Amino acid sequence: MLRKQLDKIEPHFHPGGKWQKWFALFEAVDTGLFKPGSVTKSAAHVRDNIDLKRVMITVWLAAFPAMFFGMWNVGFQANTIIADMGMTGQEGWRGAIIAMLGGYDATSIWDNIIHGAVYFVPIYMVTFIAGGFWEVLFASVRGHEVNEGFFVTSILFALCCPPDLPLWMVAVGISFGIVIGKEVFGGTGKNFLNPALTGRAFLFFAYPAYMSGDAVWTAVDGYTGATMLSVAATEGAAALAQVGSWWDAFLGRIPGSIGETSTLGILMGAVLLLLTRIASWRIILGTLVGSAALSMLFNALESTNPMFALPFYWHWVIGGFAFGAVFMATDPVSASMTEAGKFWYGFLIGIMVILIRVVNPAYPEGMMLAILFANLFAPLIDHVVVQANINRRLARV
Amino acid sequence: MEHYLSLLVRSIFIDNIALSMFLGMCTYIALSKKIGAAFGLGIAVIVVQTITVPVNNLLLGYLLGDGALAWAGLPDVDLSFLVYLCFIGVIAAIVQILEMFLDKYVPALYGALGVFLPLITVNCAILGGSLLMAERGYNFTESVVYGFGSGTSWALAIVVLAGIREKLKYSDIPEGLQGLGIVFISVGLISLGFLSFGGIDI
Repeated sequence: MLRKQLDKIEPHFHPGGKWQKWFALFEAVDTGLFKPGSVTKSAAHVRDNIDLKRVMITVWLAAFPAMFFGMWNVGFQANTIIADMGMTGQEGWRGAIIAMLGGYDATSIWDNIIHGAVYFVPIYMVTFIAGGFWEVLFASVRGHEVNEGFFVTSILFALCCPPDLPLWMVAVGISFGIVIGKEVFGGTGKNFLNPALTGRAFLFFAYPAYMSGDAVWTAVDGYTGATMLSVAATEGAAALAQVGSWWDAFLGRIPGSIGETSTLGILMGAVLLLLTRIASWRIILGTLVGSAALSMLFNALESTNPMFALPFYWHWVIGGFAFGAVFMATDPVSASMTEAGKFWYGFLIGIMVILIRVVNPAYPEGMMLAILFANLFAPLIDHVVVQANINRRLARV
Repeated sequence: MEHYLSLLVRSIFIDNIALSMFLGMCTYIALSKKIGAAFGLGIAVIVVQTITVPVNNLLLGYLLGDGALAWAGLPDVDLSFLVYLCFIGVIAAIVQILEMFLDKYVPALYGALGVFLPLITVNCAILGGSLLMAERGYNFTESVVYGFGSGTSWALAIVVLAGIREKLKYSDIPEGLQGLGIVFISVGLISLGFLSFGGIDI
């Protein structure tokens, strides 16, 4: 029935029809709901149902475990603090929604999820509306399709926001990411930086007080503490164990950006992405190897900087490491394209993230910047790999 | 030794002469279309920078600086108003000599560098390197390290930009931004990426 409705209104969107300008939007809805009717007809082409839209939707689904766990965690952190500080509840519209649907009991899963949702859902909605506005605007004016790549960008951007980020900042950040990071280059697949990360980095440098990653991110006003990374940076791994165990960090019961706390939830997404072969295992492996190698090197060195002694398995579970390695680094557009290049690209990310976390006192968190940095070098790595290949084969002639 | 190492890292990554000081922009943008050409230019800049910065350092220390002529019995003479003139002259002369030398003895390298050598005579990154050396008061060894490091930083930046521009060939850029516009945006984004080093204090 829906198909019929769509078919009925379709002529209006074709050139000459009265809603011609909105064809991009129509096309997005149409192919989002149904398989595209056209099939590639030229020779030697993989014929499969999996097109760019399905790929992107899979990534979107893969982010769900991390998202739900993140919402629970935001609520859990906030409710725990509220109980500790003897407060009665949140104020304003958020308080009203929570009062309507749940309570402030930190042991109740439902209450925690509701509490987290009143923070996450507005951020995601703003991301989606602001980003979607630009996406549709560019698609209509420039005549390309609205792309599912945007689903991925929007959910990744929303998940790497701290829960207490003001909503107008969310809108500014995603607008920068979509427009400057992606659309000026012509849309999905044509950019060289990950748009979600570009937006996040823009916010990071424009409003460092909100984003720097050392003050704690919980959804309660007036509460300050420290994230695990900044505890590690100032007091070392021993103090870290007092804040929470390694398993806490692995499961995600630590303060942080919404989607990045639970390594377990991210691993579930990672399994899906690796099974469907959307994410490249070479990139993830490269990142793990690079970070482990450099942090072991730092472990061996004597230094007054306590971060030097932090073992690599801690690096893997705190901050945005797992989230970045699974979802951000493996973005096929901004990563290296060649197989050997993917490993080196991941390796560079691993090296850079440890380097920034350990050596740079200004930024406790380095995953985002490390991936951006590696994005810059990805075309160059490809060039070197291709060139080496050409040279090797020339030598054989 | 550690001091020189940290100076090297500092000049390559943190104080990147192209991406954090925006020196040498004209050649940076004009010649970054192909990785091969960018690489050649980058090598030329490294070579010239590594030679001119120490030479200018000696010139400053024994001829132009305040009281530098003490060895000639003239401790009150200050010729530092001639710094700009002399530095540019030295750079131009050294590039000329280097070109003739390469043409005669290393023709392969001369062929590779080709037009880039005379071009970088007027590159402000080269003069900027010498002037920053003078301003920061480096000694001779430091100036060698700094010359090499700042040259490398510029070479790294142009190779990265060239890689990205080769990739951008496949993109679909709005009409108004084609050409230089998108390059400026790209350079800005590269600079954002290099900010990850900002704040490292070594």
